[in-house]
Amino acid sequence: MSRLRIGILMAVLVVLLAGCSNHQKGTEGSGTDPTEKVELHISAAASLTDALDDFKKTFEKEHENIELTFMYGGSGKLATSIDNGAPADVFLSASKKDMDTLEDKGLLDAGTRTDFTKNALVLIANEDSDSAVTSFDEINPSAFDHFVIGEPDSVPAGRYTKEVLEHLKLWGPLQDKLVLASDVRQVLTQVELGNADYGVVYSSDAFISDKVKVLAESDSSWHEPIVYPGAVLKDSEHTEEAQVFFDALQGEQGQEALAKYGFK
Amino acid sequence: MDLSPLWLSVKVAVISTVIVFVLGVFLAHLLAKRQFFGKSIVESLFLLPLVLPPTVVGFGLLILFGKKGWIGSWLLETFDIQVVFTWTAAVIASVVVSFPLMYQSASAAFDSLDNKLGDAARTMGATEWRVFRTITFPLAWPGLLAGLVLSFARGLGEFGATLMLAGYIPGKTDTIPMAIYFAVEAGKMEKASFWVIIITALGFSTILWLNWWSRRNLRRFASQKR
Repeated sequence: MSRLRIGILMAVLVVLLAGCSNHQKGTEGSGTDPTEKVELHISAAASLTDALDDFKKTFEKEHENIELTFMYGGSGKLATSIDNGAPADVFLSASKKDMDTLEDKGLLDAGTRTDFTKNALVLIANEDSDSAVTSFDEINPSAFDHFVIGEPDSVPAGRYTKEVLEHLKLWGPLQDKLVLASDVRQVLTQVELGNADYGVVYSSDAFISDKVKVLAESDSSWHEPIVYPGAVLKDSEHTEEAQVFFDALQGEQGQEALAKYGFK
Repeated sequence: MDLSPLWLSVKVAVISTVIVFVLGVFLAHLLAKRQFFGKSIVESLFLLPLVLPPTVVGFGLLILFGKKGWIGSWLLETFDIQVVFTWTAAVIASVVVSFPLMYQSASAAFDSLDNKLGDAARTMGATEWRVFRTITFPLAWPGLLAGLVLSFARGLGEFGATLMLAGYIPGKTDTIPMAIYFAVEAGKMEKASFWVIIITALGFSTILWLNWWSRRNLRRFASQKR
């Protein structure tokens, strides 16, 4: 009985080992790099999803030895998980604050931090909405039920939105209309489905949806500049490849992909 | 510390458990000992929320109960009620995810009963309702109670579908799991730990009580038999 089990175990091991060596041979034969394929783990703000998925295609074509794996989420959550030891090679944040947190804790590869793109905040409504609002200061809190924004303490878009609304003295009056979302894509979904009357998202988010209309863009002086800082992380085992990726993102093709999805 | 998430969680879990209990017992009793074409399909549908990811359940509920959803638009037009972004939405999400647990426990309880007892009562002229009230229900009670407690615990912990359907509105739809999630995201570890301890204690004592209760009753049952 136990001999049979050992036999099965051996068989499984042999198959696994064969699989491994085949895999290595495969990359040696086709790849430009004789070393094993490097998988980069990139923690990126949810708002970058479409632009990065697009960029991944062109990047991986040019760098056959690098495979990109994205982990999307709210920047605050990503920073927390990196701080708690989640494996990541590059962090692309939608907020200065979350990058600062990691920098203060010494988790960044020194000197790699750079702002790689910008964004703006827009006020959106469902495509079927009959709202006549054309600027942020025309928002009339008593005229509707639900205003969705990102949760200000954890979602950067929410924090910027709070700054805008505070600047316009609308934060107080809007209190009982606010619905807080766990990331900026949730805001978009609730407006797309018509559950919320208004929402505030990045221009890049409104850009990819044909179910919402943009009513107004916020003035950039009403909030802290929305820059996206990125950096290679100190604990990365592939700092070299990570830097190659981050440089490419700041290069022509990366910027083109970002511009295509409404980033500035 | 604002304790509103605790009261809201308990309120949502209690109401949802009551609904799930009535619904689960009714449907399980209806389908128990009855064979018809497609029964297993119906039962699989009932159990589906148990195996689906919360986001799928949440998305489905949004499609149904959203302002433009099938049920949501009807409620809005007929009664001027919007379900999304209210604590009612949290109850709906809880009901959907905990129903399978109640149904499963109840149908197992009913299936294991001896038909002869009910039949004997019927020969003496008892109505179906009386048979259910005085024979079926009391005999199935241990199983039903297990389902009740599990549903309560599941409702208490419901998060994914709730976040999608009820949104996060502090003081209005922030159940304990929601408070924990946003506290962690914002890096407020102290607040998160507080709620983690509370909900763990609640869940643990619920299960503990159930185990203690069922063991005590099994022992009593065994001694009665002798």
